[in-house]
Amino acid sequence: MAPEHVNRLEVFRAVDGVWEVRAVGRWTVEAALPDPSEILDTLADRPGVGLRLCSREVSSWDSSLVAVLMRVADAAQAQGRTLDTSLLPEGVRRLLALAIAVPERSGTGRKEKRKGLFTGTGVAVLQRWKRFNDLLTFIGETIIALGTFFSGKARFRAEDFWLAVEASGARALPIVTIIALLIGMIFAFVGAVQLRQFGADIYVANLVAVAMSREMGAVMTAIVLAGRTGAAFAAHISAMQGNEEVDALTSLGLSPMQFLVVPRVMALILMMPFLTLYADVMGILGGLIVAAGMLNVTMAAYLVQTTQAIGPSDIAIGLTKSLFFGALVAMAGCRAGMRSGRSAAAVGDATTKAVVSGILYVIVCDAIFAVILQRLGL
Amino acid sequence: MIFGDYVVQKDLNFEIAKGEIFVIMGGSGCGKSTLMKHMTGLIRPARGRVRYDGESYWEADDERRAELGRRMGILFQSGALWSSMTLAENVALPLEQYTHLSDRDVAELVALKLALVGLRGFEEYFPNEISGGMRKRAGLARAIALDPDILFFDEPSAGLDPISSRRLDDLILELRDSLGATIVMVTHELPSIFTVADNSIFLDAETRTAIAHGNPRELAAHSDLPAVRTFLSRGEKE
Repeated sequence: MAPEHVNRLEVFRAVDGVWEVRAVGRWTVEAALPDPSEILDTLADRPGVGLRLCSREVSSWDSSLVAVLMRVADAAQAQGRTLDTSLLPEGVRRLLALAIAVPERSGTGRKEKRKGLFTGTGVAVLQRWKRFNDLLTFIGETIIALGTFFSGKARFRAEDFWLAVEASGARALPIVTIIALLIGMIFAFVGAVQLRQFGADIYVANLVAVAMSREMGAVMTAIVLAGRTGAAFAAHISAMQGNEEVDALTSLGLSPMQFLVVPRVMALILMMPFLTLYADVMGILGGLIVAAGMLNVTMAAYLVQTTQAIGPSDIAIGLTKSLFFGALVAMAGCRAGMRSGRSAAAVGDATTKAVVSGILYVIVCDAIFAVILQRLGL
Repeated sequence: MIFGDYVVQKDLNFEIAKGEIFVIMGGSGCGKSTLMKHMTGLIRPARGRVRYDGESYWEADDERRAELGRRMGILFQSGALWSSMTLAENVALPLEQYTHLSDRDVAELVALKLALVGLRGFEEYFPNEISGGMRKRAGLARAIALDPDILFFDEPSAGLDPISSRRLDDLILELRDSLGATIVMVTHELPSIFTVADNSIFLDAETRTAIAHGNPRELAAHSDLPAVRTFLSRGEKE
């Protein structure tokens, strides 16, 4: 490297007895910056009250020079020296003056304290407990808001409700169709392989019909809606938080729970049973396609077997579950949105949380149903 | 400048001299911010050229455009700091991407830039933990991270109290003088127009073109156009 490309700091005593820090060479961001700490150590041993900064031997400069000089100036001030910047070019002098004009604000330092094992565990448990409490609070608030809705006193825009109905209902049909059809076909395939061993091909119809109507219709629809609609609710409300739109509602005396959460929860509670019923039919159709195409079962026989396998009670169980699933998915989405932070990153966190907790709630709820139904012998 | 079928502004022709503070003024909705987006390479103009040192920005290839872009610093209306990064990381990103400096050197430069805008010691803060005025100044620190030749400001004093807004104006003047940068500013804040501007154009929403061009103080006093005089005197009777 040619010498003029080397940037360095030199310290020496000028003829008038003042210590001088002199910058030499080319100071641009293309080159690495010299470390001023050595110079600062040298200076600390040198007595004197003044310090002059000089850059006469600098061929070109940008803010990298000012950055290093700022360190030197800081150190000089800490040592109680008065700073003489008159030999610096005007631009450098003014930038330096601007940079050291506002002292570092004390108390802004952020050092994470290391936590011990017990403290850490305790803090984590308390946080979980707080979150669980918050979940219960949210469920409570939602129920109160729904109560207001059913007493006809809730304030919200009917338009929001219908938009949510459209988004979670009609627009979800294609994906629900594909998922339910394929789930029905997969069940039929898996079942066929096993049942064929006993020549009980026809019981594929029972397997598919019972699985779809009691479990998979509702569960798969709920999972699809958690990913589709629950995430959309979370992103929408979270972005509204960031834009202070939720505060604007509150300030007008409108309850965000009534205005934002109720229409969405109601829309999903309304649409989930329809979608589930539709998913049941699609799943059975999927099973029919596999049975008619692959097994020695005629369409008519399959359909007759299906009607014998399930009754209205099986369908009703699926639909009842779907009401709860719809409410849970909508609440998970709305809660993630309502409790989100106010930045762009928070929107991402909220959607993730909406989907994860939505699916979790649905599965846990389904398990509770399984126990209850088994006890009741349904 | 066209949005769909709607012509926002047409027949704009002006030059900005090196080192001057140039203000684009006009009422709301006249296309000030859009004009700035054409100049900063964010939206391609429907017709016409934007030249830097005689080089047409929109006719250059992608690589050259990126190079020109690096010479610009932009302060967006609400700071536009990346919310998932600390202030230090926000300012450091352009330095890390476009220079080969070590982490330590980047940290030094970041400390300087934040010190220049009066935010020393706020390196580890996230944008949502500081006030609106501080976010603006942090945005400015990011805009000057690469020592740009041209600085663009979109409504720098919007949402600031008069004192913070005045301080920001002083800071802009100081940075212009010490960095030697050219400054283009979109604003309709009269006090800051009169404090900082050397030159300006006035965009008119009705005729959809620039109806005045010159130093705003002179325009306020001598413009032949009532619309311009009214704007510059806040609609008060002369």
